[in-house]
Amino acid sequence: MSEEYNDNKTVHAQSSETISGGTSGVAPDIDYVRPAEIPEQDLYHGHSFITKWVFCQDAKVIGVQYFLLATFTGIIGLILSWLMRLQLGFPGAAGFMTAEHYYQFVTMHGMIMVVYFLTALFLGGFGNYLIPLMVGARDMVFPYLNMVSFWMFFIAVLVLLSSFFVPGGPTGAGWTLYPPQTILEGTPGSGAGILLMCLSLILFVAGFTMGGLNYLITVLQARTRGMTLMRMPLTVWGIFTATVLAMLAFPALLVGALMMSLDKVLGTSFFMPTILKAGEVLEYGGGSPILFQHLFWFFGHPEVYIVALPAFGIISDLISVHSRKNIFGYRMMVWAIVGIGGLSFFVWAHHMYVSGMNPWFGFFFATTTLIIAVPTAMKVYNWILTLWRGNIRMNTVMLWCLGFIVTFVNGGITGIFLGNVSVDVPLSDTYFVIAHFHMVMGIAPLMVIMGAVYHWFPLVAGKFLDEKLGKWHFWLTFLGAYSIYFPMHYLGFIGVPRRYFEMYDSPYMTSAVGMNEFISLAAFLVGAAQFILIYNIIRALKVGKPAGHNPWQACSLEWLTPKVPPEHGNWGDRLPVVHRWAYDYSVPGAKEDFITQTTAPSEVVDTGVEKT
Amino acid sequence: MHPGIIFFLVILGSILFHIFTPWYWTDVASNWGGMDDTITLTFWIGGGVFIAVCLFMVYCVFKFSYKEGRRAEYKPEDKKLEKILTWATTIGVVALLAPGLVIWNNYVNVPKNAIEVDVMAWQWGWQYRLPGKDGKLGTTQVVNINDNNPFGINTDDPYGKDDVMIQSDVLNLENNKPVKILLRSVDVLHNWYVPQFRAKMDAVPGIVTYYWFEPNKVGEYEVLCVEYCGVGHYAMRGGVIVQSDQDYKNWLEQQETYSDLIAKQQNKEINKKKLAKKIN
Repeated sequence: MSEEYNDNKTVHAQSSETISGGTSGVAPDIDYVRPAEIPEQDLYHGHSFITKWVFCQDAKVIGVQYFLLATFTGIIGLILSWLMRLQLGFPGAAGFMTAEHYYQFVTMHGMIMVVYFLTALFLGGFGNYLIPLMVGARDMVFPYLNMVSFWMFFIAVLVLLSSFFVPGGPTGAGWTLYPPQTILEGTPGSGAGILLMCLSLILFVAGFTMGGLNYLITVLQARTRGMTLMRMPLTVWGIFTATVLAMLAFPALLVGALMMSLDKVLGTSFFMPTILKAGEVLEYGGGSPILFQHLFWFFGHPEVYIVALPAFGIISDLISVHSRKNIFGYRMMVWAIVGIGGLSFFVWAHHMYVSGMNPWFGFFFATTTLIIAVPTAMKVYNWILTLWRGNIRMNTVMLWCLGFIVTFVNGGITGIFLGNVSVDVPLSDTYFVIAHFHMVMGIAPLMVIMGAVYHWFPLVAGKFLDEKLGKWHFWLTFLGAYSIYFPMHYLGFIGVPRRYFEMYDSPYMTSAVGMNEFISLAAFLVGAAQFILIYNIIRALKVGKPAGHNPWQACSLEWLTPKVPPEHGNWGDRLPVVHRWAYDYSVPGAKEDFITQTTAPSEVVDTGVEKT
Repeated sequence: MHPGIIFFLVILGSILFHIFTPWYWTDVASNWGGMDDTITLTFWIGGGVFIAVCLFMVYCVFKFSYKEGRRAEYKPEDKKLEKILTWATTIGVVALLAPGLVIWNNYVNVPKNAIEVDVMAWQWGWQYRLPGKDGKLGTTQVVNINDNNPFGINTDDPYGKDDVMIQSDVLNLENNKPVKILLRSVDVLHNWYVPQFRAKMDAVPGIVTYYWFEPNKVGEYEVLCVEYCGVGHYAMRGGVIVQSDQDYKNWLEQQETYSDLIAKQQNKEINKKKLAKKIN
């Protein structure tokens, strides 16, 4: 039955190819694309509101669901950061702010932003929306599992937020959750708070694994005819590699959370040595706090790249489209993504130079960390070389791209300070670290997210976002965020330690007071500026300019669906057939300054296409 | 205004901020000036790359702004250029890594003549122990800790008897004498850090960690706990007083040893018993 179906499909597809090739009259062979080997998947089409929009199996809807929920938690993270900055800039200004609250806000802000906002948004949001469209699939390969993945994420968020309402409040152990303090009195939320945090993380990992399997298998198995791996847009490469990392890294977090829960509930001693608390020896013994740190950072460092690699991929595509130029050194870019992904599993202990682990590890991890700088630098060079001799549209999307380059290079360079083991010694646990990782994995990925929103909103909604509002949004965010984090590095040089509720009157810290006030004001402004986007989106949905087909004149598949926005199943009757990479911009001799991926070679025989 | 101008001003502003910043290092007061030098080197190389990349970007933005009808260059790959850039980057990275590793090698190899100091941390405070005349610290155990034995010294360890106990959060050190800080904690993670000395390490319950430095400026310094240790973390401060050798010796002589403490306790108990007898 299925074989027959298969044959019909391929015959149908091939015959039409021959016809279109035949019209050019010279070489019908050049348009040949290997026939499909498996039949198309059957999709479940929702009929009711609930199956269409709530428990939906369409990856695009799931992508939007992920995006909205991640944004919602991100806004909570943003409000928490405002409260922290209020305390740091203007101590005592908020009367309710105790040290307990401050540490709870710090912890929840960190965990929300890293896991529930950035990871969910890049992989769950952009991954779901873009992977099937960009590789020419009708949907993810396991749509039902994909739906469950989102709802697991939903429950994980509920559990996380419920910890605000339990006795003792959410955990205030710092987002790194280092035991023993995490589960001992003396740290806020060491009872129900930390257990809910562990449970929420476990749920998140479980849900994420379901989504992750989908992304991997869709990329490996469901690409359309002609879409070889080395023709995929870098966005897909970035998300794909990040998902591989996530599949390998998240289990470490999962067992860490599980073992810590056992230490708390059953009194095991995985991470708990003999401890003297308030004059009494607790019933723990023999465990290793450093073991948890190894588990945490074995997840935590790849996590940085789980966020960064999709951002690298997306920014490459945005720069290329809006410079009207192919991404410079595509092959190098792909191998850099894969190489960075592989190396990211050998650098984790650079977070632990002063943790008390065997100090001889420092030599190894400093070396691997600085090696990773090389492929990363190559990516930066290739982005700016893509701009070089391009034809750069100075629109909002491009502004976010440029903002990304500045903040990412800045944050990358400070990473070389911290990765270089002996330079890390004076700087670790200071504001320098805060400034570094916010610049490189907070602001830089945020620039990418925003660029991606302005770029793909016309596809998702069929309407343009307003350019003028977009530019205001960009400049306030970029200039504001830069003036938060650039000077913050210098507070780290003074020695101002992180995770301090109050600075008191240490002689070298009083000089930081004015700067702290300034940083707080900038933080309030940047946070508020994000609401411009929300207004812009609501406005565009109502009165936005219709975008039509392929408004940016892009080459990649997601813009080539028969309907905009794409419908369930994406491609109408027939899957697209791919003949080239996603970057044939400004090919000499071509009629227009872009050749779409589906354009057959016979249609562009007289052009100077180098790579197909 | 052309966006390139604003990006240019951001770069220019960053450079000026770096040159004129009033927020910078405290004066180094230990032998770890090499860390500062490596940071300076990283600023030159890394800062140079940052400026070069950003200025090139600004140049492109000006030079290649969209013009209707103009075509971008079509050149998918330039193997030679990519090779040059890879090697240049590698050389830069090696130039940064090499001095970093040399200093780290100094950091993990403690000089033989370093005086050992036991830094004991708890939520939320510090106390210190110095070796006595025998030059060695007695071994300890968390379970031994009580009012009569605040450091948990193993009573059968002969090295422990003459240990100097400083039950205060202020430690005195001798100028120009290397010290090996032995860190331990009885409850959670802590970290004993004096910004002017540059060096730090976590105190981890269950194990003893170490680092060393040689103070080289007489003066008083503040100690910060820089590993988050619960709600009192920000208030967990201490002090260090670096003294010339004569001042240090005078101070050291006044400090109590473990045997002094035991003797005092025994006296107390004898007095108690005497008192009890009298009342009876």
